[in-house]
Amino acid sequence: MNAELGDLEELYQEVILDHSRRPRNFGELADAAVRVHGDNPSCGDEIHLAVKFDGNGGLQEIKFTGHGCAISQASASLMTMKLKGKSRAEVEEMFRAFHDLVTSGNNDAPKKLGDLLVMRGVRKFPQRVKCAMLPWRAVEQALRQTEGEATVSTEEPEFA
Amino acid sequence: MHKAATSRVDWSALREDFPILRERVNGHPLIYFDSAASSQKPSAVLDVVRNYYEHENANVHRGLHALSMRATEHYEKSRQRVADLIGAATADEIVFTRGTTESINLVAQAWGGKFLRTGDAILLTEMEHHSNLVSWQLLAERIGAHLRFVPVRDDGTLALEKLSSLLTSEVKMFAFTHVSNSLGTINPVADLCQKAHAVGAVTLVDAAQSIGHMPLNVQELGCDFLAFSGHKMCAPTGIGVLYGRSAILESVPPWHGGGEMIVSVTLEKSSFKKPPHRFEAGTPNIAGAIGLGAAIDYIEGIGRTEIFQHDVDLAKYALERMAKLPGLRVIGPTKNRAGVISFVMDAAHPHDLTTFADRYGLAMRGGHHCNQPLMRRFGVTGTTRASFYLYNTREEIDRMIDILEKAIQFFK
Repeated sequence: MNAELGDLEELYQEVILDHSRRPRNFGELADAAVRVHGDNPSCGDEIHLAVKFDGNGGLQEIKFTGHGCAISQASASLMTMKLKGKSRAEVEEMFRAFHDLVTSGNNDAPKKLGDLLVMRGVRKFPQRVKCAMLPWRAVEQALRQTEGEATVSTEEPEFA
Repeated sequence: MHKAATSRVDWSALREDFPILRERVNGHPLIYFDSAASSQKPSAVLDVVRNYYEHENANVHRGLHALSMRATEHYEKSRQRVADLIGAATADEIVFTRGTTESINLVAQAWGGKFLRTGDAILLTEMEHHSNLVSWQLLAERIGAHLRFVPVRDDGTLALEKLSSLLTSEVKMFAFTHVSNSLGTINPVADLCQKAHAVGAVTLVDAAQSIGHMPLNVQELGCDFLAFSGHKMCAPTGIGVLYGRSAILESVPPWHGGGEMIVSVTLEKSSFKKPPHRFEAGTPNIAGAIGLGAAIDYIEGIGRTEIFQHDVDLAKYALERMAKLPGLRVIGPTKNRAGVISFVMDAAHPHDLTTFADRYGLAMRGGHHCNQPLMRRFGVTGTTRASFYLYNTREEIDRMIDILEKAIQFFK
């Protein structure tokens, strides 16, 4: 096996392909407090994230629907598994750690990322970082508001 | 120059003219199947650009010294080459721009701004590149005009049976592409221009995908405006052309103001040159224009009839082989098509597939190809596109098929 194929196999690990084919927490959340529509206009990927908060503002329930490349769908699936039941502060901390994982060359990723560490291969494909971050942008927006609907994009339009 | 005694072109030998084809990508020989986005450049063009900067570089039209005169002569000679290439009546009908997009914007803003009125209609098609859509949206919004669209059939061709109800006397402009950049559809330009003129509409043809790939003559097409880019036909980036029939071009007011486009200037008011210089404010892309002249010489040395046949042969071969791959669907016409193939694959999203292919040195485009409405029309968010040009070979298509088979295994 040559080095290039190694990168590919690191990017598309079996866990990632499995999550993209059979995403977990995929579906509607009837009594969601916040719904965020996440959009990557450069490739047409879409994530519809629905969130329910607990009494302290933590993520009690989180589900998503949408379509897109293997990276965005697997990232959403893995993210929802990881964030369900987490406090607001834990979600914010996880966001920063995940962003570092997929963008920096730092090899000391925090252990608490757990299953999310399989997304590490993305950093060798800078053009795919937006795919991995799309569901995280949506959850970031969900935390900013306590109710209602919102739209986030990997490319913010300046004049709508 | 590349024609063998039998008048057949030695396509493999011609690859030697393109230094970039010797590149290796991720340890593999480059397979460049993205010429619909931008073509590669032969040494003949690169040498001319380098020679210009080493021996002729100066500003055009305003210097009386030797270099300025050399630069001006070669810049204007390129204009004549473009005129000859497309069969324009005179070189004054050729405006140098940055590319197709700028050419279309010039017409929309300068011609459209003067001649269109509230309530007028602009007819486009559903298969237009964003450059031939957004430019008209901006104009329509500004003056209160309406946009209409010729629909696209399931087979990727224009629904011409709808034309008579769309092309009415309210239509002042019918702007459409010659060859679809994502489907490879070849539109019946001459017929469409004739029908447009019958209702008094002006026509603009987006020739970005056709100019370097097939013979094209503005007298035979009968169009009023024609827009194209240099970089898709072996020339450098940043140079393009707007052809405008003299009678119409002369009626178009200036677009950009500045040096080079004026006759005289006072603090209050200016008078302007005739076309084409009226539309070339500021220092133009001189090296680009000269490079475009060299690219035309190169392409004409091979022959656009031969290039078209080569593209078509490659597309036919690729379609035959792709038809045997499981879970792969081609979007676009099955016949009378250019060397542009868009497809979707059950196993992999276009971005996953193009990332995978790139690791084997295969450059394709994945995404919406600046055709978002057309993608929606076909119920997809994007496709993978393989596009061919004169330097591509059947062996490269065989390698693409191998890579696609690998991808099907990998992502299944």
